[in-house]
Amino acid sequence: MKPVRFDYFAPSSTEEALDTLAELGYNGKVLAGGQSLIAAMNFRMARPAALVDLNNIPELAYIKPTADGGLAIGTMTRVSQVEKNPEVAKRYPLLAEVSKFIAHPQIRARGTFGGAIAHADPAGQLPSIAVVMNMELVILGKGRERRVLAPDLIVGPFMTVIEPDEMLAQVVLSPLPPKTGSKYIQVSRQKGGYAQAAVSSVVTLDDKGNCKNVRLVFMAVGEVPILSQKAAEILVGNPPSVEAYKEVAEAAMDEIDPATDLHGTADYRRNLVRVLTVRCLDEAFERAKRGG
Amino acid sequence: MTGKYFGQRETRLEDPQLLTGKAQFIDDIVIPGMLHAAFMRSDYAHARIKKIDVSAALKRPGVVAIYTAEDFGDYWKPGPLQVPPPTAIKGSQFNARTLVPIAKDKVRFSGEPIAIVIAESRYIAEDAFDDIIFDAEPLPAVVDLEKAWEDTSVLVHEDLPSNMAALVKQEAGNYEEAKKNADVVISRKLYADRNAGAAMENRGLVVEWNDRKEEMTVWATSQAPLPLRGAIAGRLGLVDNQVRVEIPFIGGGFGPKVMTSQTDDVLLPWIAMKLNRPIKWIEDRRENFLGTTSERDQVHYCEIALKKDGTILGFKDVFYHNTGAYDSYGMTVPLNTQTHTVNNYRVPNFYTEIRMVFTNEMVVTPVRGAGRPEGVFIMERMLDIAAKELKMDPAEIRRKNLLTPAEFPVHTGIIGQDFVEGVLDTGDYKGNLERVLEMVDYEKFRKEIQPKARKEGKHLGIGVVTFTEGTSVGPYEGARVTIGNNGKVSCSTGYSTQGQGHYTVFAQIVAEQLNVKPKDVKVITGDTDHFHWGAGTFASRGAAIAGTAMHLAAVKVREKTLATGAKFLEVPVEEVDLCEGYVCVKSDPKKQISLGELAFKANPMRGTIAPGVEPGLEATAYFAPPYGATGSGAVALILEVDPETVEAKIKRFVIVHDCGTVINPLILEGQIQGAVSMGIGNVWYEKITYDENGQLLTASFMDYLMPQATDMPDRIEIGHAVNTTPLNPLGIKGVGEAGAIPTPPAFIQALEDALPEYNLELLESNLYPARVYEQLKKDA
Amino acid sequence: MSKLFPVTVTVNGQKYSREVEARMLLSDFLRHELGLMGTHVGCEHGICGACTIIFDGEAVRSCLMFAVQANGHNIRTVESLGTPDNLHPLQESFTEKHALQCGFCTPGFLMTLTPFLEQNPRPTEEQVREAIDGNICRCTGYEKIIEATLDASKKMSSGK
Repeated sequence: MKPVRFDYFAPSSTEEALDTLAELGYNGKVLAGGQSLIAAMNFRMARPAALVDLNNIPELAYIKPTADGGLAIGTMTRVSQVEKNPEVAKRYPLLAEVSKFIAHPQIRARGTFGGAIAHADPAGQLPSIAVVMNMELVILGKGRERRVLAPDLIVGPFMTVIEPDEMLAQVVLSPLPPKTGSKYIQVSRQKGGYAQAAVSSVVTLDDKGNCKNVRLVFMAVGEVPILSQKAAEILVGNPPSVEAYKEVAEAAMDEIDPATDLHGTADYRRNLVRVLTVRCLDEAFERAKRGG
Repeated sequence: MTGKYFGQRETRLEDPQLLTGKAQFIDDIVIPGMLHAAFMRSDYAHARIKKIDVSAALKRPGVVAIYTAEDFGDYWKPGPLQVPPPTAIKGSQFNARTLVPIAKDKVRFSGEPIAIVIAESRYIAEDAFDDIIFDAEPLPAVVDLEKAWEDTSVLVHEDLPSNMAALVKQEAGNYEEAKKNADVVISRKLYADRNAGAAMENRGLVVEWNDRKEEMTVWATSQAPLPLRGAIAGRLGLVDNQVRVEIPFIGGGFGPKVMTSQTDDVLLPWIAMKLNRPIKWIEDRRENFLGTTSERDQVHYCEIALKKDGTILGFKDVFYHNTGAYDSYGMTVPLNTQTHTVNNYRVPNFYTEIRMVFTNEMVVTPVRGAGRPEGVFIMERMLDIAAKELKMDPAEIRRKNLLTPAEFPVHTGIIGQDFVEGVLDTGDYKGNLERVLEMVDYEKFRKEIQPKARKEGKHLGIGVVTFTEGTSVGPYEGARVTIGNNGKVSCSTGYSTQGQGHYTVFAQIVAEQLNVKPKDVKVITGDTDHFHWGAGTFASRGAAIAGTAMHLAAVKVREKTLATGAKFLEVPVEEVDLCEGYVCVKSDPKKQISLGELAFKANPMRGTIAPGVEPGLEATAYFAPPYGATGSGAVALILEVDPETVEAKIKRFVIVHDCGTVINPLILEGQIQGAVSMGIGNVWYEKITYDENGQLLTASFMDYLMPQATDMPDRIEIGHAVNTTPLNPLGIKGVGEAGAIPTPPAFIQALEDALPEYNLELLESNLYPARVYEQLKKDA
Repeated sequence: MSKLFPVTVTVNGQKYSREVEARMLLSDFLRHELGLMGTHVGCEHGICGACTIIFDGEAVRSCLMFAVQANGHNIRTVESLGTPDNLHPLQESFTEKHALQCGFCTPGFLMTLTPFLEQNPRPTEEQVREAIDGNICRCTGYEKIIEATLDASKKMSSGK
C-alpha cells in the first residue's frame, strides 16, 4: 500500500509556508504530524496533489504562558510534549489526562497538537477537548489572521472552517477559574484504540458549592464533538448530585446521534453515553470540590 | 524424560540473528534486475468479467508487463487439490472446485486477482491499477451459509447444480435410538465465526530463473516447501532438480502459509521465465485480509441428549461449513471439527453431518486450531447449557462425562483429517480438570471470592472447560544427520519453520544422541536442495514427526559412530561411548578419537569402503505415525465484567496442558502463551466480517482488532501433565495449537457466569461488548 | 514527473545522502535505499509497530513518515543495538527469556523499549506493559517480552 505521487514543499518559516499554501490553493495540503494523513495516503484514500510540510518550522512548536495566565500552544507542538509538560499538567490536568488515551506513545511522538484539532476526526480526542475547553484557534493565511473558537471551528466530520490556503498556527487556552474540575472518560475496545464513546466535562463551582458553569462534550457519537446544551440548564445554580447527572445523561440521548458500525450499535453507544456522563460529571465535580 | 539437552530450557540458537536484524526474511531478498509484482484485485465479490483493458497502464513509465488470465494460454488452469477428497468416508460427496490462479471469465470473491502488473517498483505497479479498466457485470453474492445450501438460483460454480461443496455424514452408535432414553434433550443453533491468521509478516515470493543454468530458485513464505517445489516444476515442465525452493525466515505461519498453488507461486515463475528477470511479490496487509485464506465460519444445529444426572447419551450436530469460493483444501477443517466435538467425553452415540458450501468469500483453509476450536466450542457450550438446565455445576457435568485413562485407547468411530479412524492414544482428562480446578482454587472462588466481590459491586465470573487437540498426523517427515570433518553436525529436514524454534529443538534432539553441544548442530529446514521429501508444517506435527525423524537419524549416526570409533580404537563396541565431541573408551577416556577425525576417516579419498557401508557418519531416517497423537488439557478463566459498559478484563487464566514428552519447556511455554493470545483475540477482538454483498469489512488492523499487551491477563498460569504417547519413540505430542482451542468457550462461560441475573445465553464464538449488550437486553 | 528530493540523514551514526521521490516511505528508504533490513514492515497503517525506529531519540513508526522528512535528522535502527557476537543487554534478556518466536516484530519492540528504558531505568511491570502496547506480537502473547524487559532493566541499571 504505497501512496500516489505528490509534489512536496518543506518551507522553513511560517511566512514561506503561507506563501506556498496561497500559491497551491486547493491543490495544497498541510503535512503536520502525518499520523492520520500518511496512513490515509498509504491506503490511497487520501491523494493530495501537493504537501506543505510544516515540520521544518521550529517557530511553530512551543508552549508559552499568556498574559492572562493561560497557555498558547504552537500548532506543531507534539502531543507527547503537551502530555509531558509540567505547566500543562498544572494548569490543565484534563490535557495531561486525555493525552494518555491518544493512540500510543509512538504516534504521540510525531502527532501534533494543532494537527489533531485541525483534522477534526469525530472520534478524535483533541478536537473534542478543544470544544470542552473552548480553546481559541489562531488561523493564518497570507497576510491575514483570524481567531475562531473550537465549537465554531469544526463544522462536520473531518471538516473545519480552515480554507485550503490557510493553516492553523496556534491554540490559545484561557485560564481556568478556581474551583474548577475536569474529567475525560472513554470506552474503547482496546487501550489506545478508537473510542466507541467518550464524555468530557469542565465544571466550576461557586462559593456556595453550587454549579456555576459546566461544559460537557460527547465524542464519537455524532459527526462533530457535541457540546451539551441541556447540561447547563439542568446543573447551573444547583448543588451537584447524582440524580442531576442522571437527568443530564437522559437529556443527552436527544443531543447525540451515534452510528452503528462493526464494533457497536448506535444503541450500545447511547448506553455508553448514559453511563459515562454520570461517571464523568461525578468525578469532575469531585475534583472541583477538591480545588481542581 | 530429561537428558543433558533434551528436556532442557535451552535458549534458542536462531535468536542472535533475529534480534540483530540479520535474519533474512522474504522482503530482504534483493536480486539485481529484480522487478516488482502487484496484483490488481476485484472489488466485486461475484461478477462476470467482460473486459480488462490494460492498454493505458502499459504506457505508464516503469511498467514492464501486465498479465490477465488470457495471457497465460493453456498454462492457466485450476490448481490441484491440496488435500485428497474424503473418499475414505463412506457415502461422502465432494465437489472439487479448486482455486484458480487468476480470475478468468468470472470473479468469485472480493479480492480475487484479475491482473498482474510487473513494474520497476511496487509504487509504480500500484499506480498502474488506476489505468486499468475493469468492466464486469456484478452478480448477487452468495454469503449466507444456509441459504447457499438451499437456494440454487445463484451459483458460485455454474457447472454444479447447487452450491454444495461436500456432504459428509459420520455416526458412532445410533443417536436417534439413544435419544429415546433421554431425560433431557437440548437443541441450539451455534455460530463459529471467522478469524485470520494475521501473522505479523505478510506473504511473499521471489523467483529467479537462471537462463544459463536453466535452474529456478524460489524463495517463499511457505509452510510447505516440498509440495511447492513439486507443483512449480511440474507446471513449468521442469525436472524437480531444476527448481530449488528456499524458505527464508518466516514471520509467523499459523496455517494460511501452508496453502500453495495460489496466484503468486503459479504465475510468477512463468512470468519470470518469460521476461527472464527475477520477480518479487510482497503482499501488503490489506491484501492479506482480502486474498489470504482465513478460517472458522460454521453454523451448527446441535442437539444433546442426557440423563438427568448429567450423563451424556448422545450428541447430534448438523453443521454448515463455509469453504469460500473454492475448496482446494478439501475437508480438513470440518473433519477436525467432527473429530473434536466429543473427543474429551464418553459419548457413545454421536451423529455428525458436514454440509460444506461454496460462497462468494475468500477461501477457508486452516488457521491455528484448524476446525478443532469449533468442535470444542459447540460441545462446551452445549454442556454449559445442559448444566444450567439440570442445575449442575459446569465442572461437575464435565467430571461426570470425561473419559478415564482406563478406557484408552479410545476408538472414536469417526474418521479424521488423515482419513483414518481417530484413536485417542493416552491422556488423563479428569486429571487435567481436577488440576485446573485446584490451580484456580475453584471451590474458594465459588464460595468466597465471587460472592464477596458481588457484595462490593464487582461482577466476577469463572469459566472451566476441557479440550483435546489432535496433533502429529502423518503422512511422514524425514531428516538427515551428518557429522562433519570439524566434528560439527549438519542436519536437514524437509519440514519448515515459522518461528517455533525448530533450529533449536531439533538440535537438542541430535545433540542428546551424539553428545555434542546444540550450538554445534546446525539445522537447515525448508530448503529443497538440502532435503527433498516432506509434507509440510501443519497440525502441530513438527516435534513429533520431524523431530522423531531427526531422532531416528541421530540414533543411526550414533550407532555408526560408535561402531566406527570402536573399530578405530580397536576395542569392542560395548566398551566405547560418546564423550562430548569424541568417541572414547569407557574404562580409559584418554583413549579417544574426535568425531571430526572419525568423520574424515569414514570418508576416504583413496582405497575403498566395505560393501554395504555408506561413506561418512551420516544417516537419513523417515517417520510415519499410524495416526495422530492427541494432546489434552483444561482451562479455567476468571473475568471481571462491567455490567454497564460490558467491558471485560481477564483476571486469571489457568491452563493445564498435556503434550506428552517435552523437548524444551521454555519453547513449550511460548507456544502455549502465544496460542492463548490468539484464542483471546478470537473470542473478544477478532472477526472477519463480510457484508451481504460479499464485501470484506475488516480489511485492515483498524477494523480487525489484534490483541495487545494490555488485553492479556498478567500471567498465563501453566500446569503440565505428561502422558506420553506410544505412537512415536520419544512419546511426544504436538502443542502448537493448544491454547487457541479452549479459550473462547472458557471466556464465554465466564461472561455468562459474571452476569447471572441477565440469564445470558451466548451462542456465537466471536463476541464483543456491544454484541453482549444486545444479548443482555434480550435475555434479561 | 518523478521529481527527486535530496535526503541527508544520519543512521546508526553514519551519514547517508540520497535522492528520492517524496512519496517514498521512510520504512522503504531504510530497507531498500540503505539496505538496513532489520526494520520490518507489517501493515503500513501505523498500527502494528514492526517498523518502529528511533528518530531524534524517540520511538516512531517509520511507515508513517516520508524519507524526505528525515532530512537533517538522526535515526537509530535495530542494527545499532548489537551484533550476534555482542548482544545488547536487552537483546540478551530477550533470548534468555524467550521473548521472541518468529522475530518479525522484535526489532520494533527493541526500538520501542530502548528509549523507554533510557527514560525509565527501573520500570514496573505495569509501565512496561503499557510501553509495549503499541507493538503487536502474534507469536508470544507478550508475557515473556515483559519478563525480558524487566530483567534487562535490572541488569542495565545495576551497571552491568
